[in-house]
Amino acid sequence: MADIRFIQGNEACALGAIYAGCRFFAGYPITPSSEVAEMLSEELPLVDGVFIQMEDEIAAMAAIIGASLAGKKSMTATSGPGMSLKLENLGYACITEVPCVIVNVQRGGPSTGLPTSPAQADIMQARWGAHGDHPIIALCPSSVSEMFTETVRAFNLSEMFRTPVIVLSDEIIGHMREKIVIPQEGEIPIVNRKKPKVPPHEYKPFKGEEDFVPPMAAFGEGYRYHVTGLSHNEEGFPIQSGELVHQMNVRMHNKIYKNLDKIIKNEVYMCDDAEIIIFALGGAARSSKGAIRHLREEGIKAGLFRPLTIWPFPEEDLRRVCSRAKNVLVVEMNLGQIVFEVERVLSCMGVKIDGMFDSSGEPFTPLSIVRRVKEIFQR
Amino acid sequence: MGFNYHSYLREKMMPHIWCSGCTHGIVTKALIRAIDKAKFDKNKVVVVSGIGCASRMPGYLDFNTLHTTHGRALAFATGVKLANPELHVIVVAGDGDAVAIGGNHFIHSCNRNIDMTLVVLNNNIYGMTGGQRSPTTLEGDISSTSVYGSIGNPIDVVNLAIGAGATFVARTTTYHVHQLESYIYSGLMHKGFSVIDAVSACYTAYGRRNKQRYKSAIDMLNYMKNNVVNISAAREMNSEELKGKIIIGIFKDSLEPEYCEEYQKMINRVKNKT
Ligand SMILES: Cc1ncc(C[n+]2csc(CCOP(=O)(O)OP(=O)(O)O)c2C)c(N)n1
Ligand code: SF4
Ligand SMILES: [Mg+2]
Repeated sequence: MADIRFIQGNEACALGAIYAGCRFFAGYPITPSSEVAEMLSEELPLVDGVFIQMEDEIAAMAAIIGASLAGKKSMTATSGPGMSLKLENLGYACITEVPCVIVNVQRGGPSTGLPTSPAQADIMQARWGAHGDHPIIALCPSSVSEMFTETVRAFNLSEMFRTPVIVLSDEIIGHMREKIVIPQEGEIPIVNRKKPKVPPHEYKPFKGEEDFVPPMAAFGEGYRYHVTGLSHNEEGFPIQSGELVHQMNVRMHNKIYKNLDKIIKNEVYMCDDAEIIIFALGGAARSSKGAIRHLREEGIKAGLFRPLTIWPFPEEDLRRVCSRAKNVLVVEMNLGQIVFEVERVLSCMGVKIDGMFDSSGEPFTPLSIVRRVKEIFQR
Repeated sequence: MGFNYHSYLREKMMPHIWCSGCTHGIVTKALIRAIDKAKFDKNKVVVVSGIGCASRMPGYLDFNTLHTTHGRALAFATGVKLANPELHVIVVAGDGDAVAIGGNHFIHSCNRNIDMTLVVLNNNIYGMTGGQRSPTTLEGDISSTSVYGSIGNPIDVVNLAIGAGATFVARTTTYHVHQLESYIYSGLMHKGFSVIDAVSACYTAYGRRNKQRYKSAIDMLNYMKNNVVNISAAREMNSEELKGKIIIGIFKDSLEPEYCEEYQKMINRVKNKT
């Protein structure tokens, strides 16, 4: 019998984590993400998993990296102020190529901002928040079901590419309740990290294979290796040589950017004949979809391009989908962030790009988007 | 028969970065010998560190080694140990690492009582970054950021550990090599969170600036030799007499509920119920 539930996005995220094989969660309470931790504190012990509330978000991020190195799939969840603290060790997870999942249920900022209201103002932080060149994967669910499935996908991608993956949700999706059909065991394939096939003395923990991803042994399995946040060689030992450092950085970049087909995912809704395409994600995409239905009823050819993977940015797909459109409207709950990326990607295509921005903490109403589209057409 | 250090060292990492006269190497030696005595399987030992001269130690050791971010070693170690309680988790940290930037993690690690051992290589200075004041710099001492003399009481690592709830707490110096080895060994054998405050010497960044006490790197070891007071003797001395002294000994050794075991008990309890 199907397992049908009526739950919050944050709860779906917790259940998705368990489904994906997450057996370690470390966190620090923060609205609007705390339900993820609360649910996992209840669920993890039942599957012999570990839940721990740490002293702060820096420690929580550190703990999930440690747990992942010891062989457990691990996750943490937070919101803006906590995300800022996680960045230090997020960068560490990038350079040491440790798979883990970080959930950011976005709220208004900067600083303490609007603790109980949604925002999408951490999009650029997700990409560039940790210092230094580093690739990152960030996923944007837009429904309770997707909080489940995108969390599973986040784990799968993190395991596949030995990389931290951010689930970039927002307060709307995190706190909304919807019907969800929990997938049966085996319905969504689960990916586990590659293990070394060579004896310990031949193991190079940071040597990429054809897919640029190195196999990963867990501490305790007999491969005694060194992990450091310093730039390192394939064996994991610190290096100074500029050329080797550059090579390492390029390989880490390539493992994401040369595997885009496995990472990029979008929803393309009514775009075939669309004259105007709305670009929106997460909570803002829901209002946009409502607006598109209104507009279609009135005979206005509008469509939606909704990235589920926001980083790496879906450049090619966006260009293809927008190739025949006259206008693109970027709708985001911030003062204009992802619009710059859209402008960059579509700059040579002759489409007119507008933005609809709001940082009030109030979701967009579909009607406000309808009005904006009409204004654009009347211009 | 001499002790075989080779099987514990990653010789391809040599030469090490430490200055001549640095006593971090003495702590390394004591740690290796303590692990050897404990007969731990090398594959099951994880040595975790933060950032600093002290924190370079794991790179030289042939275990599972994790060189993390400044101050955060204990938090990483917490994840490692909870994820696989079979592993022997050892953390090494400088004084800045352990009680400045890592102070919060230090307090909470002591409080949780997870079965791990922390060795603080306490040289009273930020060695790696060139000799800035640390929370354990002695009052009045010169550092590159306390050029007119350090203001305020240094943090006592032992008192902090006891106050925060660590269950094994000891201190000795890098002059007292055998005692250091023995305390680390006791820490490794202790079930719970153990802290060993290992007084270390940095002539390069600290000693040289404080010629009133130290004319050479050797002087720093002589200072340790001449100024230690055993904890039992210290109990009979007043604060005036204890001024400038380094109290050594085992300050606390108690058996209290250990976190990983308590967590497992909780799992068993809730799973039996459902
Ligand atoms: C977040 C952060 N802040 C500052 C530094 C710079 N830094 C590197 S080591 C260090 C202090 C090291 O002192 P200590 O922990 O006492 O170790 P020692 O070098 O004396 O052994 C500092 C401040 C850093 N690496 N990271
Ligand atoms: S600077 Fe000080 S702590 Fe660092 S290696 Fe030299 S003597 Fe040791
Ligand atoms: Mg120091």
